[in-house]
Amino acid sequence: MDINTKEVIKNAFRVTKARGLTASRIRVPGGHLKAEYLEIIHQIAREYGNGTVHLTARQGFEVPGIRFEDMPLVKELLQPVIAGMGINQTEPGQGYPAAGTRNITACIGNRVCPYACYDTTAFAQRLEKAVFPNNLHFKIALTGCPNDCTKVRMHDFGIIGMTLPQFEPERCVTCRACIHNCRKKSVGALSEINYRPARNEEKCIGCGECIVSCPMAAWTRSREKYYRLTLFGRTGRRNPRLGVDFIKWIDEDSIIKIILNTYDYVEKYIDLNAPGGKEHIGYIVDRTGFAEYQKWALRDVRLPAIAEVTQPVYWGGLKY
Amino acid sequence: MGYRLTKEACDGVLQKLSLNHTLFAPKRFTGGGPFSGTDLIRYGKIASADEIVLDAKSAHSFKEALLPITETLFYFTEEQMKEPDPPAQGVLVFLRSCDLHAVRRLDEIYLRNGAEDYYYKRIREKTRFALIGCPTAFDTCFCVDMVANRSDNYDFSIEQDENANYLIDCRAADWAALFEAAASQTLAVEPSFVAATPTRVGIPALLDAGVAAAAMWDQYDGRCIKCGRCNFSCPTCTCYTMQDLFYTDNGKAGERRRVWASCMVDGFTDVAGGGCYRPKNGQRMRFKTLHKVFDYKQRFGYQMCVGCGRCDDVCPEYISFARIVNRLEEALREVKSDAAE
Ligand code: SF4
Ligand code: SF4
Ligand code: SF4
Ligand code: SF4
Ligand code: SF4
Repeated sequence: MDINTKEVIKNAFRVTKARGLTASRIRVPGGHLKAEYLEIIHQIAREYGNGTVHLTARQGFEVPGIRFEDMPLVKELLQPVIAGMGINQTEPGQGYPAAGTRNITACIGNRVCPYACYDTTAFAQRLEKAVFPNNLHFKIALTGCPNDCTKVRMHDFGIIGMTLPQFEPERCVTCRACIHNCRKKSVGALSEINYRPARNEEKCIGCGECIVSCPMAAWTRSREKYYRLTLFGRTGRRNPRLGVDFIKWIDEDSIIKIILNTYDYVEKYIDLNAPGGKEHIGYIVDRTGFAEYQKWALRDVRLPAIAEVTQPVYWGGLKY
Repeated sequence: MGYRLTKEACDGVLQKLSLNHTLFAPKRFTGGGPFSGTDLIRYGKIASADEIVLDAKSAHSFKEALLPITETLFYFTEEQMKEPDPPAQGVLVFLRSCDLHAVRRLDEIYLRNGAEDYYYKRIREKTRFALIGCPTAFDTCFCVDMVANRSDNYDFSIEQDENANYLIDCRAADWAALFEAAASQTLAVEPSFVAATPTRVGIPALLDAGVAAAAMWDQYDGRCIKCGRCNFSCPTCTCYTMQDLFYTDNGKAGERRRVWASCMVDGFTDVAGGGCYRPKNGQRMRFKTLHKVFDYKQRFGYQMCVGCGRCDDVCPEYISFARIVNRLEEALREVKSDAAE
């Protein structure tokens, strides 16, 4: 058997423990898909795999037990799944053109969750369109609100939804639900001045708890959607650490630009001798220093006036 | 007299009316809902007919037109007091039949229950009403059971025909000419009223205060989160509280204002010395319910609740007021049988 493992891996098939058998990795940007694709995945598992499917840690599917010879047939079956999810392809019928940039994960977001500040899946799909295919090892995760159900701080880019609460004082009846809930369920950014809530702008994390709890719609959501962008969280062997705040109150377009700029930065600075050509961005930033990274990241980015860029950025984490 | 008007003609009339009146109607606030990507329908100023939401119920009622959510009664300095000027303009409120019945409840409390309320009266005198017809009831409406489904005390009624023209029944003599001049057709118009609702409510004929001892109220200790939405959205709730405040940059001047209050929210029954008459949410539910369907009627001879169903629509804990009322019969039996033992 002659298999180009590098090509196979790039094509989103795995080299597995069992000789001769591979596993097909299926991207689901934003973790939300039409149920009809499950039938196709079911068919692949039944006809070419071992009848099981793994739900991956990054919200994709992995169908194990496929013979390498069957890869073309599997790719053919996968075509409507890949096209249907709007994934950029170089050649239809040839499966995924890359695997380095991982599936973009997201919590369920505002399609279901009352706390969410935006449509996480739609933003994930927009990002997928902008960054994929790419062989560089990038991990992007989105979460609808500061509850961070996705645990985005363990990814290279963590995107946390925020809303800027708008207050209409004439509608406030001093029920204090917002003040109480911000204190008990969020960061305690609200205090009472003359019977009305006053928002500490520095403290507020834009979770929207005050808005959800106000019975009078005295608090409402901002028209603009905002985000907190965290950087270079990583798990794994050497120096695992949580992502740190980079920009608070950033907008969608700027996030996309920063991520694209980061690809350029990595192309420029990645260790060419890294095993498998794979190096975590965080290690590269450790080498160049954050200032150099920031210079690249913010190139041509026009942040909203309200955006706060953390200065300076520090990391902690475990060191082995 | 009845008229058919095109949208443009209707807007023309509204524009003329707006010279002397603020037009206040249920309106869609895009993105104004509590959850991301949701709208809110509540009352607000409108300028054209298509801003009036005819096919959905507003979360809050019209009542903020007559009873501002917060209303400054007077401003004070060390030596002097000054009342705010009355609103220069009158208000034309667009509302459904149940809400028009609610106006009678507001009037009862603010004009006829003891001394007339000066602030209420000065707005009320300049308020006029446009009835929004109800071709069908919404899921939670029970206006028929509360005898609030039909009205005739409006200045004009408004609804759309199948071609999106406006049908008007004008009862205000001083506005007839306005509609007459704009109408494309004069015809007999009767506003739509519902004759049946999907939600039905039956208040026990022999309801008495003894039902307060029933076990059903305890269930709401845990279920209700005492948020007050049921009161704030209710067109017939009339309670307010007072706030005296001193301006933060000049502690010697300030204002007294009144602000809506809710019998479900903490603080409502707090008294000097730290006491609280109804600490439990179930007790508050019992108080609210019996006020709506029992003791108001004892005092004024007709039910307070008009069956608009908003309290059911807005409760985040899915507590149905209609269901509570429907449980009273059984609660009454339970209390009676306990007493018999
Ligand atoms: S992170 Fe926020 S929006 Fe996403 S599921 Fe959790 S609570 Fe909902
Ligand atoms: S958005 Fe969140 S943190 Fe900010 S004031 Fe409201 S509840 Fe508090
Ligand atoms: S929750 Fe709304 S009504 Fe209550 S105190 Fe806060 S702003 Fe005022
Ligand atoms: S709206 Fe529901 S939860 Fe809120 S106070 Fe009323 S019954 Fe209780
Ligand atoms: S109690 Fe409920 S149904 Fe009755 S008038 Fe008030 S909001 Fe409407």
